[in-house]
Amino acid sequence: MTTSEVERTPEIVSAADAQARPLDRIWRTAPGIAGFFSTVDHKEIGKRYIVTAFLFLAAGGIEALIMRIQLSRPNGHLLTPDQYNQLFSTHGMTMIFLYALPILSGFSNFLWPLLLGSRDMAFPRLNALSYWVYVAAGLFMYAGFAIGAGPNDGWFNYVPYSTRPYNPGLNIDFYSLGMIFLGISTSVGAANFIVTVARTRAPGMSVDRLPIMIWGTLTASAANLIVVPAVSLAFFMLWMDRQFDTHFFDVSQGGQTLLWQHLFWMFGHPWVYAIVLPAMGMVSDGLPTLCRRPLVGYSVVALSTVATMVIGFGVWVHHMFATGLPNLALSFFSGASIVITVPSAVAVFAWTATIWLGRPILNTAFLFFSSMIVLFVIGGVSGFMTASVPVDWQLTQTYFIVAHIHYVLIGINVFPVVGALYYWFPKMTGRMLDERLGQWNFWTMFVGFNLGFLPMHLSGLRGMPRRVYTYADGMGWDTLNMITTIGSFLFALGVLLLAVNVIGSLRRGRIAGPNPWDGPTLEWSVPSPPPPYNFAVIPRVASRHPLWEGRLPDVEVGSVVSSGMVLDHGRETIATTPLDGEPDLILKMPGDSYSPFLLAIGMTVLFVALLLHAWWVVAIAGLIIVFAMLIWLWPERELAEVAENAHD
Amino acid sequence: MTDAAMLQGPIGPLPVGPTARRGVGWWGVLCLIATEAALFAYLLFSYFYFAVQFDKTWLPDPHPSLKLALPNTIVLLLSSVAMWWGDRGVRKGARGQLLIGVALALVLGTIFVVVQGFEWRNKGYALRTGSYNSLYFTTTGFHMAHVVAGLGVLLMILIWSGLGYFSPRRNAPVLIASAYWHFVDVVWLFVFTTFYITPYLY
Repeated sequence: MTTSEVERTPEIVSAADAQARPLDRIWRTAPGIAGFFSTVDHKEIGKRYIVTAFLFLAAGGIEALIMRIQLSRPNGHLLTPDQYNQLFSTHGMTMIFLYALPILSGFSNFLWPLLLGSRDMAFPRLNALSYWVYVAAGLFMYAGFAIGAGPNDGWFNYVPYSTRPYNPGLNIDFYSLGMIFLGISTSVGAANFIVTVARTRAPGMSVDRLPIMIWGTLTASAANLIVVPAVSLAFFMLWMDRQFDTHFFDVSQGGQTLLWQHLFWMFGHPWVYAIVLPAMGMVSDGLPTLCRRPLVGYSVVALSTVATMVIGFGVWVHHMFATGLPNLALSFFSGASIVITVPSAVAVFAWTATIWLGRPILNTAFLFFSSMIVLFVIGGVSGFMTASVPVDWQLTQTYFIVAHIHYVLIGINVFPVVGALYYWFPKMTGRMLDERLGQWNFWTMFVGFNLGFLPMHLSGLRGMPRRVYTYADGMGWDTLNMITTIGSFLFALGVLLLAVNVIGSLRRGRIAGPNPWDGPTLEWSVPSPPPPYNFAVIPRVASRHPLWEGRLPDVEVGSVVSSGMVLDHGRETIATTPLDGEPDLILKMPGDSYSPFLLAIGMTVLFVALLLHAWWVVAIAGLIIVFAMLIWLWPERELAEVAENAHD
Repeated sequence: MTDAAMLQGPIGPLPVGPTARRGVGWWGVLCLIATEAALFAYLLFSYFYFAVQFDKTWLPDPHPSLKLALPNTIVLLLSSVAMWWGDRGVRKGARGQLLIGVALALVLGTIFVVVQGFEWRNKGYALRTGSYNSLYFTTTGFHMAHVVAGLGVLLMILIWSGLGYFSPRRNAPVLIASAYWHFVDVVWLFVFTTFYITPYLY
């Protein structure tokens, strides 16, 4: 090409005619190792995210089981106090940072362009970068654990325990730098989701037609963009205190220990919503399909998603009720924490009404989705209780809090995620998960989970403190702990059944076809698994349920998936206006590229060198990073980034 | 073919590729600015948190001198003006104006970095003495890092402008760099006001 194209009227063809176009050649990733390191296909990246996050879930689960063996009986001595400290801290770090958000990013990455009627995310290379950085940061943090220097101060890592005088090893340095590193992945991923929803939806998909899952991940992403810097800064300050003798947290030199808690929880509480709202969104989209009707109260559910996050910015101090803050602060944050139950309750009532008014199909996905409502209510009530200051004073630092956090995170993250896997696995692989094994899988997990975590409330009420590596007998905790350990192993067995089902079904599962659940949204209009370009022609959307039009009363019709813009002059998709979703621009999409991988390598070298104070290696890493960014950002004629008359 | 077109409704000619602010890159830089602005908000939150906790005793005595900081702030603002003038140039196709504007912004930005270096030397690089100095050097250090990154970006814009990559239609990188540069300057106003002005106000 000598001149780049300036303007074009998109050619509109039928989906059948589009089969003759070279879309597959344009979009397909090269096979083998070259494609593995260079692909920017959101479906590939999404699946990698899901697999990697499940591996971290397994690692975190094994850590939990080892702790449960220790705690199954009083005076257990399988683990030393230091080993126990590292295990519970690494367990928390793994589940909260390396599993809970990345698994949702995985589903969102895979599903978003398919739900939105687009051919990829807005920034495909940034998407690849966010995955590579996630893997690198995860390995970095686990490298510390592998050499016996894992985090050992709990996942929220309070100072002064985590400062150098009290914690001299490399443990906290691995954790601090690792968290800053991981923050890069989270932030670029969040930016990508925001721009994707703003700019790359199918024509006609106005904001009131977005699937709820989009609302969930969008809200979480907007929050992450704003709150991740708080935790990155806190960990940076801590690392500086430890390595360069600054005094942010050193009281003897004018530092403040509570500054850590403020910065951590300003991030930490919105993060809790970031790791549940997208999962709630998946339920809001999947559950209605399995109830054969639209979600009850779409608008209020979408608004309550956003409202939860807005209020969620103002509740962080409820993690700090026992730190001696002024009464006014306690009252304000207690009030906000109680108010936040309102939008959560809206979602609960909407799901319940959807089941009530629908004709539910009692399959595995439905069981996981609907059981989440029950677990959410239990976790919500215990959260509501501890929002009250006097109750919190009684219960903080006990197993009651451990029970609460697990009902929330397993209940509203793991159960919806497994449900989502049963629901969307056919789209990802083209095969169904086995339904009979699925029922076993569900009941084992559900019974195991409740058997394990319900008694923890009672252990907490009876005064068992969290984070103790062992306990004396005769405290009234023995039986409860034994039951909890049995429950946790049963739960683990359930997760193992899921793994067996996935591995078996990948090879022998029933062939799914494009729309096995008779679902209403755009992802079900394309083959399973979808071709590299997703949509042969860009659909036009006229309602929230493009594939159910004509069967629903009072619903606009006019969505078209059988014909549309073919956009086959290279990798292209359509950019639409942010609110109304009207066609605005033909977006040139970048091809596969090694620069994200190279950039992630440069960053990995940088963080390892910072850990070891190897300053000349830091300089080399800087050069790799600059080089990778130059390749990435150099204006390309093929992407229409260079002036039409320039010659080079 | 015509049936297909009728179902879809009319779609007129559309621009191809990023034109000015209509591409995705512009939205990308807005996200970057949002997250970086949040970072500085947390740094300044830390400042006010310490200030509230310790009251006046926490501030250095005498208060920070404006002798270098105020003129340097003006230099940085002028650099923003130069960049703005340069990006007006590219939008009307005046390549000379673009080149001069970006080059001027680059020079003024470099002066800011050098003067800020002197400011740090006057303060004895005292990162290790007390929480005030730790926060002062960390906050201005983060800002300095952003300025240096911005200078790198401006340098690339200058090179690409020299190669004639930009036109009134194709200029997204210039506008993106320009937005980032303005952000770096505006955020300095917050840092400057907090560290240099507020101590005199109470």
